[in-house]
Amino acid sequence: MSTVEEVNQDDDSTRRDFLYIATAAVGAVGTGAAIWPFIDQMNPDASVRALSSAEFDLAPIEEGQGITVVWRGNPVFIRHRTPKEIEEAKAVPMSDLKDPIARNLNAPEGAEATDVNRVVDGKENILVMMAICTHLGCVPVGEAGEFDGWFCPCHGSHYDTAGRIRKGPAPTNLEVPPYKYIDDNKIVIG
Amino acid sequence: MSGHSTNYEFKNPAVKWLDSRLPIFSLMKGQAMDFPTPKNLNYWWTFGGILAIMLVIQLISGIVLAMHYTPTADLAFNSVEHIMRDVNYGWLLRYMHANGASMFFIAVYIHIFRGMYYGSYKEPREVLWMIGVFIFIAMMATAFMGYVLPWGQMSFWGAKVITNLFSAIPFVGDSVVTWLWGGFNVADPTLNRFFSLHYLLPFVLAALVFLHIWALHIPGNNNPTGVEPKSGADTIPFHPYYTMKDLYAIVVFLMVMAAFMFFAPNYMGHADNYIPANPLVTPTHIVPEWYFLPFYAILRSVPDKLLGVIAMFSSLLILLVLPWLDSSKVRSGKYRPMFKWMFWIFVFDCLVLGVVGGNPAEGHWLIIGRIATFYYFLHFIILLPLVGLMEKPKPLPASISEDVLAKSDAKSS
Ligand code: HEM
Ligand code: FES
Repeated sequence: MSTVEEVNQDDDSTRRDFLYIATAAVGAVGTGAAIWPFIDQMNPDASVRALSSAEFDLAPIEEGQGITVVWRGNPVFIRHRTPKEIEEAKAVPMSDLKDPIARNLNAPEGAEATDVNRVVDGKENILVMMAICTHLGCVPVGEAGEFDGWFCPCHGSHYDTAGRIRKGPAPTNLEVPPYKYIDDNKIVIG
Repeated sequence: MSGHSTNYEFKNPAVKWLDSRLPIFSLMKGQAMDFPTPKNLNYWWTFGGILAIMLVIQLISGIVLAMHYTPTADLAFNSVEHIMRDVNYGWLLRYMHANGASMFFIAVYIHIFRGMYYGSYKEPREVLWMIGVFIFIAMMATAFMGYVLPWGQMSFWGAKVITNLFSAIPFVGDSVVTWLWGGFNVADPTLNRFFSLHYLLPFVLAALVFLHIWALHIPGNNNPTGVEPKSGADTIPFHPYYTMKDLYAIVVFLMVMAAFMFFAPNYMGHADNYIPANPLVTPTHIVPEWYFLPFYAILRSVPDKLLGVIAMFSSLLILLVLPWLDSSKVRSGKYRPMFKWMFWIFVFDCLVLGVVGGNPAEGHWLIIGRIATFYYFLHFIILLPLVGLMEKPKPLPASISEDVLAKSDAKSS
């Protein structure tokens, strides 16, 4: 026994090492591939992903009025802002903002959170955004809070009249979903 | 398990036959009947047995509720009402399960504070303590998912806020939350998977309890003096002495539970959960179940989202390293003059956090919450290591027997 081992020791051990590592690598990849379906089944399924876009008529919304619509199972605010609200939002210097990014999926990525970057240029009276507090997901209350915009009752986040976070635990501005005007008074979200 | 195996000769031939092939009777006799147990355990030690019974009650009441419950967003709320109104004794079973969860947490909190006061987490019981912390975490996960099932307003918004905690994870947070939900909001897929996991986790819990008891039976029980048993005179067999004492405590505890079930079944719940879930309206004041309030208060007292989430999870996970934070060699708080004070201040601090968690996070509540959160961590990270080095412990009794005799002498003279 011992002589056989001694003779073969060098090349045998490298061959074994190679086989061990190769087997372990194939085993790891195989296990990973087998686990993936079990993880991925929890992601949104085809029927959930299919509910992608919805059309809304803005004509009935009076100035100073806001409505909540549903898109992909989530509430969306559509507010017809008053000139005063627009003025207030425009007057805020960028340095006062907690989150300086527009968070508007229709604006270029990383655009500044100016008032005009939160809406569609020329349609500044209409503000469309997800009614989901960026802290932990509650629905904020409209025309409330210290900045005349929205207030989230769950943990006290204050948003201004452009839906930008000004005070409280929420980290980012309310998100503006992808939407476009299909005629003067109609939008499609998604 | 350990060296306590009995060489008992069973008389019944069938028992003897089985036991020589699978020593299940020897195991039970050695671990549940003859097991040498310190003779001075007080009533704080009965909560382990109470917890075991509560797990069984939750399992049995839950399995029968599942025979009538429907885990889909359209039907869940109505199926719970159907349980309450139509199913024979459905109201009893549901109130048993809902109040059972609260009573389970009352018992586990007492059990944990007992361990803290008597230093039961110290060497050689660190692993026993850590398994206990995992049991506590698994209980919290189970109860959280159970509370979602009736699909009321608090179910929905509780689920939304708590799952959203994961959105604080840098970069992948949002994908993790979508994955947890199975959609773009808490909805039918979320309810369905929570039901599946709510059914599964209690069985995981049962397995953890088995490990917990295994780890307990290696060193045996701690006791109010914190002095390990030195001879047979310090211990008595578990049966009948502690089986009876535990049973008595269980009966009293279940009477309290029955009082809640029959006279104030919704006292520990929240009225808003009798409003069906509405994804478009958040209740003005959302609160989690009472047993989560201290942790919720810690979450809200930090003004930054990610740091708040980290603080909340740390407040729980810090319990895992408690055995290494306490620098004192003396186990029982009875002999630690400074620690004794600290312990009660800590209990008070946890109660304050609980009250803060149930109130809106503004004005003076916010300030009190921040101070209490600060103190919570101060207790573990600074005070416990330091006080162990500074304080001068009182002399320990030579043995459990000596301590017991000294007390009875003092009484008779
Ligand atoms: C560790 C043990 C358990 C705890 C702490 C626990 C906790 C809870 C809680 C807090 C609720 C909400 C009660 C309400 O307000 O209506 C609930 C509901 C429910 N649980 Fe459990 N549970 C446990 C074990 C189980 C088991 C083993 C099952 C078996 C399938 C189960 C099945 C259910 C069902 C069907 C509901 C919905 C009906 C209802 O809301 O009353 N539970 N659970
Ligand atoms: S969810 Fe809005 S402040 Fe927390």
